[in-house]
Amino acid sequence: MSNLDEFFEELRPDELDGYGPIAVKELKKEKNVVGTYCIFTPYELISAAEAIPVTLCSTSDATIKEAEQHLPRNLCPLIKSSYGYALTDKCPYFHFADLVVGETTCDGKKKMYEYLGRMTPVHVMQLPQSNNREEDFENWKEEMIILKNALEEKFNVTITDQRLKEEIKKKNLERETLKEFYQLSQLTPPPLYGTEILQVLDISKFTFDKSLANQRTRNIIEEVKKSYNNGERRISEDAPRILITGCPIGQATEKVVELVEESGGVVVCFENCSGVKGNEELVDENIAPIDALTEKYLNTPCSCMSPNDNRIDLLSELIDEYQVDGVIDMVLQACHTYNVETFRIKSFVTDKKNIPYISLETDYSQSDVGQLKTRISAFVEML
Amino acid sequence: MYSVGIDIGSVATKGVIFDGEMVDYIVIPTGWNPKEAGVDALNKLLEDNNLAKKDVNQITATGYGRVSADFADEVVTEITCHAKGGHFLDNKVRTIIDIGGQDSKAISVDENGNVMDFIMNDKCAAGTGKFLEVTINSLGENINDLDELTKNTEPQEINSMCTVFAESEVVSLLAQGASKESVALGIVDAIANRAQVLLSKVPINDQILFTGGLAKSERIKKVLSDKLGRKIITSSNSQLAGALGAAVIGLE
Ligand code: SF4
Ligand code: SF4
Repeated sequence: MSNLDEFFEELRPDELDGYGPIAVKELKKEKNVVGTYCIFTPYELISAAEAIPVTLCSTSDATIKEAEQHLPRNLCPLIKSSYGYALTDKCPYFHFADLVVGETTCDGKKKMYEYLGRMTPVHVMQLPQSNNREEDFENWKEEMIILKNALEEKFNVTITDQRLKEEIKKKNLERETLKEFYQLSQLTPPPLYGTEILQVLDISKFTFDKSLANQRTRNIIEEVKKSYNNGERRISEDAPRILITGCPIGQATEKVVELVEESGGVVVCFENCSGVKGNEELVDENIAPIDALTEKYLNTPCSCMSPNDNRIDLLSELIDEYQVDGVIDMVLQACHTYNVETFRIKSFVTDKKNIPYISLETDYSQSDVGQLKTRISAFVEML
Repeated sequence: MYSVGIDIGSVATKGVIFDGEMVDYIVIPTGWNPKEAGVDALNKLLEDNNLAKKDVNQITATGYGRVSADFADEVVTEITCHAKGGHFLDNKVRTIIDIGGQDSKAISVDENGNVMDFIMNDKCAAGTGKFLEVTINSLGENINDLDELTKNTEPQEINSMCTVFAESEVVSLLAQGASKESVALGIVDAIANRAQVLLSKVPINDQILFTGGLAKSERIKKVLSDKLGRKIITSSNSQLAGALGAAVIGLE
C-alpha cells in the first residue's frame, strides 16, 4: 500500500476533533446555529451574526419514505430527503438549528419550505431567476438586507460592516484553501481519487471552526504534495479524466464516483455545488460588503437561473484546466432544471469542447447500481 | 489462436469462437443462473469443437451477467461489444440499435467500430425485449410467432409504456373487442417508437444495424424502418453481435 493510500485510509472524519454533530452540540452552548440548503445562502451574513452556518445533510435515502407521506413520490430525492430529516428529527444538524435559511431556487424546494416552516423557523430569500439585469442585482441586494435584519432581530445582534468584512475575508480564505486542495487534481496523473476529494470537502464543510478546517485542509495538501514530489503515483497516467457536473452529489450518489473509479477512470473535478460551484468566485473584499455578497451569490451558476450562461463559462474553463477526457452530467430524478439543461450542456461539451458526454439520471436508492455500472463502464471504455 | 466471447443476456446466453473469422457459435437460455449459463455455453462450445480451455487465448465476457463471469479473462460492457460486433458484421455500419432483454441501446460507432456515443433506455423495462415478451405472452402468444401473427392487420394503439400497465391495457383492449393480431402489432409499434426515440439521440449516418435477439423478427425491422423512413439492416448473426464483439476484442 502506498503512503497516500494509507493516509486517506486513516483519515476518519468521525475521529477528528471539531468535526460533525458532536462539535455542533458543543458550539450550540454558546452560539446559534443556522441551517442552509443551497450555496446561494450568504454564509458570511450568518457568521457575522455570530451564528454558525451548517449545511443540512440531505444526501441519504434514510428518510425519504417518511417524507413521501407529505410530498409527492415523483420529486427530487434531495428535497424529499431534506424534508424527511426535518420530519423525523434524524439529522443532528437540523435538530440543533435555530433557524433555517432557504432560497426560492427550484419549485420543489420553494414549496417544501412552506411545509418545513410548520416544524421550524424558516427564512426564505426570494431569489431572482436571472442574474443579468440591473433589477436582479437590486432585488437580491434587497433580500440580503432583509436577511440581515431578520438575523439581527432573531439573534439580538448588530451586523456591522466591519464584522461582515472580517467574515468575507475568512470565507474567502476557506474557499482559496479548498481550491488549492482540489486543484491538485490538475496534475497528470492526478494525485487524488474523486472519492477522496469528496471526503476532504466534507471534512472541511463539517468542521465548524474554520481556522481549524483550513489548517486541516492545508495539512492534507502538504501530505499529498509530499508524496507526489517523492514520485509516488497511485493513478495511471492513462486513466480517463472525468469531470462531474449537474445536481449536488454526495453520500448516496457517490455511487457514481465509485463506479467511474472502479471502471478505470478518475474523477478530477466536481463542478457540482459541493465542489467547485460555490468556491470558484470569491467575494470582492474592496467594495461595500453587502454589494460584494450580492454580486458573488447572484452569480452562482445553478440551473435554476435562466439563462444560466455562467455554468457554460465555468465548465469551459474547468474542462481545459483539468484536461478533462469526458463529462458526466448527473441528474437527480425529477430535477427539471438540470434535466432540461442536459441538452445544452451536451451540445456544448461535444460540439465546442469536442469531448464525450453522458448524462445519468439517478436517485438516492442503490437499486440502479447495476444499470449505472453498465453505462459508466461503457463510457469509460469509449474514452 | 482462438478467442471466445460469451454474452450473458437476461434471456439468452450466446457464445462465439473466433480466430479472425467466426468458427462456431452457441445460443442457450440463460435461465435463473447467469454464471452457470456462461460456463455451460463456454464448455459446450469447446466440446463441440474439440478444444480445451488451454487452446483458447482469451475469454471475454459481456452482457448483464458479465459481473458474475469469473471464468473470463476480461469483462467488457455490451455497448463496446455490440459496437465491435456490429462493425465486424458490416464495416459500413455507423449506428447500432440493440433491443435487449433488459436494456435497449442506440450506439454510434466510428469507422473502426469504436463507440462514439450511446444512449440507453431509462431504469424501467419500457421498450425492451422484456416488455415485448410480457405483453405478447399476455395475449397467449409466443414471441417467436410474432411475424406470422401480425401479418395482415393494422396496429391497435398502445398507450402505456410501463410493462405492468401495458399488460392491463392489452387485456382491456381485447375485452373491448380489439383483435389479438392488431394488439400484437400495436405492441411492436410501441417498441419501435421507443427505439426511434433512442435513435433520435445519436448521430445517424450510413448503415443502421439492428442487433440482439429481436432482430430476428422481420416485422419489428420493417416497422422500425418505416418509422425512421430509412432502411435498417439486420444480419443472420445479429443476435450474436455482443458475443462476437467480445471475441473480436479478445483477439485484439
Ligand atoms: S444545484 Fe442550485 S438549487 Fe440545487 S443545491 Fe445547488 S445551488 Fe441549490
Ligand atoms: S437537484 Fe434540482 S430539483 Fe433537486 S433541489 Fe436541486 S435544483 Fe431542485
